[in-house]
Amino acid sequence: METILATSKLTAFRQGAQAGISIAIGYMPIALTFGLLAKATGLTFLETVMMSMIVFAGASQYIALNLLSLGTGTFEIVLTTFVLNIRHFLMSASLNEKAESDELWKKALYAFGITDETFSVAATKEGNVNAAYMFGLIALSYGSWVVNSGIGHLIGASLPQSLQTSMSVALYAMFIGLLVPSLKKQRKTIWLAGLAAIINSVLLFFHMPKGWAIVVATLVSAVLVQYVVNEREREDA
Amino acid sequence: MHSGIVLLILAMGLVTYIPRMLPLVVFHRVQLPPFWQGVLKNVPYATLGALIVPGIFFIQEDKWFGVLGFISAFLAAWLGANVIVVVMASVAVLSLYALM
Repeated sequence: METILATSKLTAFRQGAQAGISIAIGYMPIALTFGLLAKATGLTFLETVMMSMIVFAGASQYIALNLLSLGTGTFEIVLTTFVLNIRHFLMSASLNEKAESDELWKKALYAFGITDETFSVAATKEGNVNAAYMFGLIALSYGSWVVNSGIGHLIGASLPQSLQTSMSVALYAMFIGLLVPSLKKQRKTIWLAGLAAIINSVLLFFHMPKGWAIVVATLVSAVLVQYVVNEREREDA
Repeated sequence: MHSGIVLLILAMGLVTYIPRMLPLVVFHRVQLPPFWQGVLKNVPYATLGALIVPGIFFIQEDKWFGVLGFISAFLAAWLGANVIVVVMASVAVLSLYALM
């Protein structure tokens, strides 16, 4: 019995790790550039790697560098980070709906690894997700993020310019690759993604901060679509 | 290491971790009404829409990078390619475009 359990956990871990490959690839150019910029901002190698290890949030790490170079105070940087990452609350709440009931310390551990990318992969996976799957998924993503941040600082260079340029599409391509299969299956998905895309674009056009724009666009779209689905079901009943 | 930076990193880590952790660890037993359960199940696809658009169109100053990347990823995914293949395909298309 215990070996069966151990095997299924190993399978889930491997499945997660496999799903993490595209994230690991996509993080590479961003993390390398982060390392490079951190060095230019005056952070030491240790500080750079430590920030990637402890924060593990691409956009806010970039903004922190920017604010540091402008001489902005700690409090303001921390507040900006908080606002930018509130969207992960929504993602974590959504993931909770399909998370198996693992021990709490395991959930507390993998919650640390929820990013836009790991969430998107886990949330579009068929069926439930358990801690072993999340550990596999996060191990590759986190590994790539931390190691490539370090490499970027050490060698002080990113990928060759042309590759760096073309690889900037990688994470977006991954998001599209995750979205399309469901788009083909359910008309609801077209509405959810399309509405959120439009609302997000409009909000950003009016200079709403990026972190909030994603939260508002996602919530408005998810609530509206759910409302319409409910009304239809009521009519059919 | 500069102690100010270390403090900054720890504080950034803390305010990033809290929103990630609360729903899964603290509120995980909260039983939401069916409507809101439905909303949370919609969240992944809405999030994906907002994560892709408009961001992809601003990856390079040359807008065609985003447009081409979008089309090639969409086509590859529509034809049933695995996510890694979708990523590779759009990077390959843009590498070709960059060479032109």
